[in-house]
Amino acid sequence: MICVEARGLRKTYGTTIAVDGVDLLVEEGRILGLIGPNGAGKTTALNAMLGLIPYQGELKVLGRDPWTERDRLVRDVAYIADVAVLPRWIRVSQVLDYVGGVHPRFDRAKAEGFLAKTDIKRTSRVRELSKGMVTQLHLALVMAVDAKLLVLDEPTIGLDILYRKRFYDSLLNDYFDHSRTIVVTTHQVEEIQDVLTDVMFIRRGRIVFDSNMEAFESRYVEVMVRPDHLAAARALSPIHERQVFGRSILLFDRVDRQQLASLGEVRTPSIADLFVAVMSDAAGSTRGDNA
Amino acid sequence: MSTQSNDASTLTADRPAPDTSRETRPFFWSVRRELWENRSISVAPLVVTAVVLFASLISVMSLPLRLQRIDDPAKLDAAMVRPFAMAPAPIMLATFIIGVFFCIDTLYGERRDRSILFWKSMPVSDRTTVLSKASIPFVVLPVIAFVLSVVTQLTMLVVSVPFFLAGDLSLVTLWTELGFLQGLVIMIYGLAVHVLWYAPIYGWLMVVSAWARRAPLLWAVLPLLAISAAERIVFDSWHFMNMLHYRVGGALKEAFAFKPGADGNIDRLSQLEPANFLTRPGLWIGLLFAAAFLAIAVRLRRYREPI
Repeated sequence: MICVEARGLRKTYGTTIAVDGVDLLVEEGRILGLIGPNGAGKTTALNAMLGLIPYQGELKVLGRDPWTERDRLVRDVAYIADVAVLPRWIRVSQVLDYVGGVHPRFDRAKAEGFLAKTDIKRTSRVRELSKGMVTQLHLALVMAVDAKLLVLDEPTIGLDILYRKRFYDSLLNDYFDHSRTIVVTTHQVEEIQDVLTDVMFIRRGRIVFDSNMEAFESRYVEVMVRPDHLAAARALSPIHERQVFGRSILLFDRVDRQQLASLGEVRTPSIADLFVAVMSDAAGSTRGDNA
Repeated sequence: MSTQSNDASTLTADRPAPDTSRETRPFFWSVRRELWENRSISVAPLVVTAVVLFASLISVMSLPLRLQRIDDPAKLDAAMVRPFAMAPAPIMLATFIIGVFFCIDTLYGERRDRSILFWKSMPVSDRTTVLSKASIPFVVLPVIAFVLSVVTQLTMLVVSVPFFLAGDLSLVTLWTELGFLQGLVIMIYGLAVHVLWYAPIYGWLMVVSAWARRAPLLWAVLPLLAISAAERIVFDSWHFMNMLHYRVGGALKEAFAFKPGADGNIDRLSQLEPANFLTRPGLWIGLLFAAAFLAIAVRLRRYREPI
């Protein structure tokens, strides 16, 4: 089943184009990472999917039009926006009561279970919690919703590394069950590399890279080239080149691994490596295309 | 509440279709959350009631002394019931003011603190949200005003018994003059008139609250004054201003009959004029506007983003 389908999705604010003709297809059971610099349009695209903002183009989420059917759609979609949006006056016990009272798929016991692992008191107001605690509370609420689609916009902002690690572990072990779909945006690319099944780079409102992780791992190879092989390596049209400790590291797309192994140390690049390559490439240097 | 919903979940769990889930009550919980957020809805009327009660009790205690100084028996009866009859007025006025400030802030505040993103992540439609907010001035506040007014009057009556007995005053006269049960009917009628007549004003405030990017109170008032001024300058007429004036002051005029030459008190059922009130075009046109304003507020809430 197709979970999210967008064709020519566009959103402008005045003269600023936030999302510029995005085509997107997310199938059920995938974990898609949407990665891009600040202001790339990630949040705008997600907000459109959640029916929070009007948009141009075609968009269907779980078979529904998010703009006209938001209230029915969000029964099956749980999401966290990129900034703390829990009302500051609300008490922890009140927000549990409220979500339990309006959300048909909310499992209060599950939320209480998540909260039991934190220091959050039931009687506290949100304004009395630290930034990390507010995020923990929101995550506990969202993960206790039996949703078909989970949308996380910078979910771990403000959390320490221990909690971030635990969050992604719990996301995979307790939450994800292959009938659910997750769309996540983050700056901390390294942390979600192992979690994702698909990755997309977005830049200035456009999707500039789109791949599933299996293809990613077979397609891209990074080689720390021995100095004497540098010319030979460059002849194979690397898509990116960087210097580390005086050694050149070249990134190749769809080049035979055996052939590259003779030039130097071969490894699979991280998403972050490829992100840097794709982004700096799109920024102007089109050396890869010319060579 | 939670036990009820738990029962509902076990019931639905037995059904074959896996898609059915727990029963929810979005409207009920939306109203509750308004009461959580805006504690002034319940606390402020209570504070006003406490002050009124305190002042009224002092007045009741000294009432026998003051009444001794009045010679005219006709004035005596009026003076006897005045503290009782006056008590509800400040309480009701307080709830009206709270209603106005609630309406002007509610849809603006949720955008300003960005919590609208959280509320919109819940399966509660914009219509349910706006109607639950509208129920605060239309239902919740009038009920609070009524209950607190009745409680105040009853407390005053109970407290006044020993003082009346000690001052050798007739409790029977007090009771018949006050017309407590009549007073209840007048209060309910008055609150109903208030809600029906002023509904478009509350609706307008909610529209501005949903629309304005800043200073919603100014946006609610200044454009109306500007239109009046423009009309005055262009057409040299005051129709718009007169219309506003009628909307603000018309409820009393259309719904009640004032005794000629009296002090403006309403203490007789015969002064209520529901037939006249309900046949005023102004009432029905106002209600149409109120419905339109609420519909616009629903629409606006869908489009508006955090500020």
